[in-house]
Amino acid sequence: MSKKPKQIIPKKTPMPEQPPAERIKNYDEVPYGYTPEQAIAEAKRCLECGRPLCVDGCPVNINIPAFLKLVAEGDFRGATNIIKETNALPAVSGRVCPQEEQCEGKCALSKRFESVAIGRLERFAADWEAFQGTPPIPALPPPTGKKVAVVGSGPAGITVAADLVRKGHHVSIFEALHEPGGVLVYGIPEFRLPKAIVRREVEYVCRLGVKLVKDFVVGAAETVDELLDEYDAVFLGTGAGLPWFLNIPGENLNGVYSANEYLTRANLMKAYRFPEYDTPIARGKHVATVGGGNVAMDSARTALRLGAEESTIVYRRSREEMPARAEEIHHAEQEGIRFELLTTPVAFHGDSSNWVKEIECIRNQLGEPDASGRRRPVPIKDSNFRIPVDVVVLAIGQSPNPLIPKTTPDLKTQKDGVVIIDNETGKTSKKGVFAGGDVATGGATVILAMGQGKKAAKAIDEYLTTGQW
Amino acid sequence: MIRASREDRHSEDPVEPGPVTVLAREQLAPNLQLLTVRAPVIASKIQPGQFVIVRADEYAERIPLTVADWDREKGSVSCVFMQVGTSTYKLGKLKPGDVLSTFVGPLGKPLELDRWGTVVVAGGCYGIGSIYPVARALKERGNRVISLIEGRSKFLLYWLDRLESASDKVVFSTRDRSIGKSRDGAAAIKDLLDSGEHIDRLIAIGCTFMMYQMAEATRPFAVKTIVSLNPIMIDGTGMCGACRVSVAGQTKFACVDGPDFDGHQVDWKLLLSRRKAYLGSETDSGER
Repeated sequence: MSKKPKQIIPKKTPMPEQPPAERIKNYDEVPYGYTPEQAIAEAKRCLECGRPLCVDGCPVNINIPAFLKLVAEGDFRGATNIIKETNALPAVSGRVCPQEEQCEGKCALSKRFESVAIGRLERFAADWEAFQGTPPIPALPPPTGKKVAVVGSGPAGITVAADLVRKGHHVSIFEALHEPGGVLVYGIPEFRLPKAIVRREVEYVCRLGVKLVKDFVVGAAETVDELLDEYDAVFLGTGAGLPWFLNIPGENLNGVYSANEYLTRANLMKAYRFPEYDTPIARGKHVATVGGGNVAMDSARTALRLGAEESTIVYRRSREEMPARAEEIHHAEQEGIRFELLTTPVAFHGDSSNWVKEIECIRNQLGEPDASGRRRPVPIKDSNFRIPVDVVVLAIGQSPNPLIPKTTPDLKTQKDGVVIIDNETGKTSKKGVFAGGDVATGGATVILAMGQGKKAAKAIDEYLTTGQW
Repeated sequence: MIRASREDRHSEDPVEPGPVTVLAREQLAPNLQLLTVRAPVIASKIQPGQFVIVRADEYAERIPLTVADWDREKGSVSCVFMQVGTSTYKLGKLKPGDVLSTFVGPLGKPLELDRWGTVVVAGGCYGIGSIYPVARALKERGNRVISLIEGRSKFLLYWLDRLESASDKVVFSTRDRSIGKSRDGAAAIKDLLDSGEHIDRLIAIGCTFMMYQMAEATRPFAVKTIVSLNPIMIDGTGMCGACRVSVAGQTKFACVDGPDFDGHQVDWKLLLSRRKAYLGSETDSGER
């Protein structure tokens, strides 16, 4: 069994991207993606190690070594098929997964060198397939006669729908907004995830036979109990849509946005193309975004593209503790986003027309680690200072929308509104009702939502088949 | 075979609201339009005080409209709106048979309804339409209902016959006194109270300034005053926080915590300023 040891190529094949000075003036996607030659070269970096840990690092357990091998051989169709066995949205996850904490973080190369660029290759394979034209529909089993209502068309809902329709069940997705995709369309900006990709993925699921009902608010137009009169099971993938505020003075001044509002205006409502589209957005010259996650990076970078001269991230801990993906922070820095670290807003001050003009902040130092394991910010007395602004975006987190729990009395939630589920099955406290994604985690990643969707779909299929709760 | 069966599955769907088509649109008064659409699911569920979010076409803003009437049997829903900006201008051009890009609801909490005694329902502008189902529901519950409507002049008032049928008394107020004795709704309610009329509750729907004045008029008399707030909204489901208002010192989302609040507890200055946030942009959009 002697195998010639592979030659180690220490660095990732770079992915071509728009230069920062250019891209901050447009809304187009930042990286261009690999060419086939680049993809093959990168896939060949895989050491084909005996016990590949990358698969364990993937929340949906894609058979990564197998797909890398096929990419290396130039069999892109084969590679795509392997990915799609377990991942309904590869073009999405290839772009938005925090790979450094998942597959790539476990890559054998990553201990001493740069890991294989698994995310970029996943994206390459998915994009390659899309480029070949409409993908064929796999053979489907005969209908089972069972009906499932999926509430929310974000990553969790799409995953559940795709898996269940392939088991022969009838699936309807109910979406409250006018575009399917959930956070993929209202939250993540075009320059990070082109909406054409989301539309393509949703179309594919619809071609499999999934029925999409837009502009339908479950909890208002129909309650979960009413859905259960018509459907054999309900999956709640309603996300974490309730934005948090800081509860400090001046927060309701004009020009102070939740990130949800700012990004929804820009992305879903296409305010970046105002007045072609009717929805306006405040185009600040000095924009401050509060928070250190992906949503904060998205907001700060959106502000630049809307014409801000200065876009600043205000984050209460240090760079080290920032929860955003490494690539997002890197891109933000490249684009000239200013970072005010170890800084907490304490008040907003407005002008005579009630428009925000300054954020008053206090400096912090790092204390002992808190429950999240990250070092806690401790305010430094009398360190107050002010940042002149004309737009503020609050990207400090969100929790699940209370609409469904409020109208579903026997659905148990935690104090913060997070729906309580069994982690292996997605079962809630209510018979026939499953949940997954941010509504059950309080706010995590797209891929985690998809992972939970997969588990729930399996459990829903079992429930529909056996009738056992 | 499999493809055919997939087609069948489409028709199996139990909940299929279908496209929202325009049944009728008419001008009730200058700038005030009545839009009636086919929306059976919403028609079957809607309660007085609730609203819908509407988008005329794929480019339009999402705007909230209070519902003015519905017919559960016919599956129709009607809204009155004032043509003020690009989005409402587009709505004003719809013809029967046109399909709206978005018409979603019912949103917001239903208005609290009970038997209180004498209730004044006050409406101005689009609110004259919105108070009609409220008056009807209050009357059904055995209240003595006084409808009070305001406008700059008589020709801006509408639905007088409907309001008369749903009320024990209708009070008019016009800026030019073309009908009614008082110059506006706030003066009319004050006149009523000064004349010794006992009022158990006031419910006001209309423009923000009108509701603000109403609330100030009833404050010295301690008449419970419920107002239907109309801040800027986007999703209407509690997702964006654009519609936040301050009530009794607490931030509330008008779309899910309201739209109805105690008018004596609302921070009106904040609400009035937040409604003006995009006035400059509205001009840009109109000039496009």
